[in-house]
Amino acid sequence: MNACSTAPTLSTETDKQIDRVIEEYKDEPSPLLEILNEVQHIFGYLSDDMLIAISEKLSIPTSQVYGVATFYSLLSTRPKGKHIIRVCESAPCHVMGSESVLRAVKDELGIDLGETTPDGLFTLESTSCLGICSVGPAMMVNDRVFGNLTREKVRLILRRYAKDKEASVS
Amino acid sequence: MAAVQLKPEQEVAMATLTIDGHSVTVPEGTTVLEAAKKVGITIPTLCHHPDLPPQGICRLCVVEVEGSFLLQTACTYPVKDGMKVRTNSPLVRESRRTTVELMLARGDHNCPTCPRNQNCELQTVAESLGIREIPFQVLRHPRPKDMSSASIVRDPEKCILCRRCVAVCQEVQGVGILFPVGRGFATEITTPLDRNLSEVACVNCGQCVLVCPVGAIYEKDDTNRVWEALADPSKVVIVQTAPAVRVSIGEELGLPPGSITTGKLVSALREMGFDKVFDTDFTADLTIIEEGHELLQRMKTGGTLPMLTSCSPGWIKFIEHYYPELLDHVSTCKSPQQMFGALAKTYYAQKAGIDPKDIYSVSVMPCTAKKFECTREEMCGESGPDVDVVLTTRELGRMIRQMGLDFANLPESDYDDPFGISTGAGVIFGATGGVMEAALRTVYEVVTGKTLPSIDFHPVRGLEAIKEADVDLDGVKVKVAVAHGLSNAKVLLEQIKRGESDYHFIEIMCCPGGCIGGGGQPIPTTMETRAKRIRATYEADRSLPLRKSHENPAIKKLYSEFLKEPLGEKSHELLHTTYRRRPLFQQRI
Amino acid sequence: MNSYLRSQKRVVLRNCGQIDPNSIEEYISSGGYRALKRALLEMEPAAVVQTVKDSGLRGRGGAGFPTGLKWEFAAKAEGDPKFVICNADEGEPGTFKDRLILEGDPHCVIEGMVIAAYAVGASKGYLYIRGEYGQSYETITNALKQARSAGFLGNDIAGSGFGFDIVVRSGAGAYVCGEETALMESIEGKRGESRVKPPYPTDKGLWGYPTVINNVETLANIPPIIENGADWFRQIGTPTSPGTKVFTLTGDVMNRGLVEVPMGTTLRTLVFDVGGGIPRGRKFKMAQTGGSSGGCLPASLLDIPLDFDSLREVDSSLGSGALLIVDDSHCIVDVVKSFMHFFEHESCGKCTPCREGTYRLARLVEKIEDEEATLADLDVLSRLCRVMERSCLCGLGQAAPKPVLTTLKYFKEEYLVHLRDQAASKGA
Repeated sequence: MNACSTAPTLSTETDKQIDRVIEEYKDEPSPLLEILNEVQHIFGYLSDDMLIAISEKLSIPTSQVYGVATFYSLLSTRPKGKHIIRVCESAPCHVMGSESVLRAVKDELGIDLGETTPDGLFTLESTSCLGICSVGPAMMVNDRVFGNLTREKVRLILRRYAKDKEASVS
Repeated sequence: MAAVQLKPEQEVAMATLTIDGHSVTVPEGTTVLEAAKKVGITIPTLCHHPDLPPQGICRLCVVEVEGSFLLQTACTYPVKDGMKVRTNSPLVRESRRTTVELMLARGDHNCPTCPRNQNCELQTVAESLGIREIPFQVLRHPRPKDMSSASIVRDPEKCILCRRCVAVCQEVQGVGILFPVGRGFATEITTPLDRNLSEVACVNCGQCVLVCPVGAIYEKDDTNRVWEALADPSKVVIVQTAPAVRVSIGEELGLPPGSITTGKLVSALREMGFDKVFDTDFTADLTIIEEGHELLQRMKTGGTLPMLTSCSPGWIKFIEHYYPELLDHVSTCKSPQQMFGALAKTYYAQKAGIDPKDIYSVSVMPCTAKKFECTREEMCGESGPDVDVVLTTRELGRMIRQMGLDFANLPESDYDDPFGISTGAGVIFGATGGVMEAALRTVYEVVTGKTLPSIDFHPVRGLEAIKEADVDLDGVKVKVAVAHGLSNAKVLLEQIKRGESDYHFIEIMCCPGGCIGGGGQPIPTTMETRAKRIRATYEADRSLPLRKSHENPAIKKLYSEFLKEPLGEKSHELLHTTYRRRPLFQQRI
Repeated sequence: MNSYLRSQKRVVLRNCGQIDPNSIEEYISSGGYRALKRALLEMEPAAVVQTVKDSGLRGRGGAGFPTGLKWEFAAKAEGDPKFVICNADEGEPGTFKDRLILEGDPHCVIEGMVIAAYAVGASKGYLYIRGEYGQSYETITNALKQARSAGFLGNDIAGSGFGFDIVVRSGAGAYVCGEETALMESIEGKRGESRVKPPYPTDKGLWGYPTVINNVETLANIPPIIENGADWFRQIGTPTSPGTKVFTLTGDVMNRGLVEVPMGTTLRTLVFDVGGGIPRGRKFKMAQTGGSSGGCLPASLLDIPLDFDSLREVDSSLGSGALLIVDDSHCIVDVVKSFMHFFEHESCGKCTPCREGTYRLARLVEKIEDEEATLADLDVLSRLCRVMERSCLCGLGQAAPKPVLTTLKYFKEEYLVHLRDQAASKGA
């Protein structure tokens, strides 16, 4: 009688996708970060089971895989909202008024930094410099950058994302 | 292309430098820390451990090097000829003090309630720096202690993130459970996926406990359970002491490392109120008889070879988690502790006319993994667990201190019968290579019928990572190997996996140095103290009249009265066991 | 010519905005890959190293270490293979020069890398791009493909017999990976934590092999140096800091963006001529040079020449070339708080003084801003800064106190008015 068993396995499809990512980097030494980046890109986050699977497939202790996954701010071990808002809090944007931009996002969505809206649509994070300081204050929504922000502009952008749930904001 | 310049061989360049005005000449590449020691200056350290690679991360050992604006970490900085070092300048003192204040400003550093009170590197450093107040707001760590493991407690509130446990767990043991997680101020040392220690593939070796400079990782304290049993008049409380405890309990109680205190140990246990004081060495001898015959049987009948020893419970849990496909190689013999436990509640109970249910069986071990071992289902007889509770050397030391016994001046006394007679072969179980040597002493004489020309098997002794030897048993060549520390064990296991292992018999001990370096031993345990305990172990062996397990008269009696024959029916029932594949993660219920 | 253009000299940005970054043909027709051919076909590796040494080029990532010397160390180091890494993990707040170089002229960086590899005998290169720079990743990946099919990467580059190729690696959100040893840890698939030096990367770098690691802008300087010679390069800039520097002007300045000027151009020229001055009729209050880890300079230092050594003399640094201009509407303590939040977020957590210190710096500055601090807190703040700049393991922790130290030096009164008793007496 053994009460324990291995962690629940991933769906075959997920497992295959992870295999494909690993296959891509088979010629590279120590490609762990690349693989985590890509698996995160596909699934939006890195679940415990995905980390265990990557650990087993690469023969790297799970502790190390987990240690790496929790080090980098673009990787997440928890699911996030459909749209990730990253408000730049670096000094150049700070000087240009990023605090009021952040306030506007918080007011509009009713969440704090690190939180996700109850409908799972938005996650709010802060980010280090996005490298677009010439148009600060700036923020990113998913892979898209927005500059010269004002409270009004922020509201407009967020409402467009909220309306268009497919995220085809142009 | 430019030709590669060859360096003249064997010529080590020397560097002469001054440290606080003292001139010293050392080989180039020596660290400032080592060079300072040569002139009698001990630079304080925390992340540095003599047996682990230098890290330079706690920044306590910083020194001034002339010409460098930055302070340099003495534990990593290599000396150069002409270098001028200051280890006690105002800048250095200010830096060390601030670093320690920063450490003390986070977590629970309340010394009197700490398991490492009076044996804590942080405490020592804070004392010498004269820190009386902390200028930063003290923050408590929100995480509770992890008490889930049968062997080890982790208290993140005391952790100073020196990563010595990480190095020993990942590199020395190759288990890879402890690792830094998160970033910056939120960094902590934890388990894979932040699970409880009991839910992950920790082998309970306790090497992390030995290297922890503070009280962030320590043994699960079972002393109260023992005090309670001793106070219960309905119980016959018996105790067994492992081979390695006799050469380390003195050290725990203030004697120099390598002190042999077998007789005082027995006296102390009697003073504590144990009804019978027995010796695990006796069942170590028994293990040799059973395991030796198992080896011969495997060799004769084409059984799975190489056979791997099974005395070390950390090692057993390791192979169950990480190499379950090789479990057939492991000897089915229980460890001496568990053989003892099984016999105590059967043979001894019967002989002494005691109801086994009334026996409370305590064992004193150098080992944290034994605490888990005695809870395994296979280690339970009809009247409950064969061994009820395991104390480490450190816990026993604490109990003796609690009683106020003057250990150093206790009289010597002898173990009780029938598990009191043992041989030198049983004693050397405590050192890496000892089980192998003990087995060879017996196997040779059983197979050849001749007396060994020389009883000492030097090739299997010492602290070398992997040792091997060939033994000629009257024409039958037996090839053996010994590994201690699980990273070394892995090398031999990988050979077996690849089908490249031509050994017959391999001894594996979980902990570096064998049981004398176990996770329950006095702190500090370093390679230096390990070597001293090993020396004491062989000294104890030499001083005994009997040095071969098969010559132990009590063992002969046990077979004639009870077990009948090695590997017989009774042996199988009581002295042998089974293993199982264990997952890397336990499912959360 | 207006003052914006008059003060500029384009070496690194020579092609940016002039050619199509997705076209190797345009790069070649504007003189691209000529330097590579000259180096690989006409020069011995040692001569390439010597030329770069003679040019006096110093690393543009922040530390200003002589590039030629670094190459020489790596060339002489024992070990095979050797690696060349392009550090494109541009995370310094207010810096976006590397991104624009990679996106505007990717081939000049590739060309610089191949020449570096030839000079030191490296067989493989890594180009590590910050995870947030998706566009740069695509542009450089495309450029690498083109360079490969044009024979500027691969087994036998330009018929020279020399072989070298480049792999792009992407970061995942960690400023500290801009530190060379943390970057190598990251390429090795580990947590991006800095290593203790020595050993230096030129001896034991990536996977323990000799490694040259250069910033994007440094590498972009290589082709023109090889092509025009060390003397030409030395004519630009100052004797100890030859060449140009790309600056990113941000904050309260009319012309925000990327500019390239000769080293030694004064802060005043950059702010008032190139930058067009302070908008909205406000006054210049301070400039932070070198990004968040740089020093904060007051108006009295506006005439300082911007080069490695001049800035070091005033406890600041050239760093990555970020220039944050702050006008007199801002409170210094508030601006410093923003820097401290940044370091708190980005400390890797490996060494004690940085892990604990960056957290404490942020709390202390907040306490001051909230008018709850006392003079004793200010002393603790100064002491912590002094300790961190000398005792932290890597450049991140060593530089983190710089904004505090320099503002305490030049703007101390702004701290003092925030102190509890001061604020109270003011209120009374």
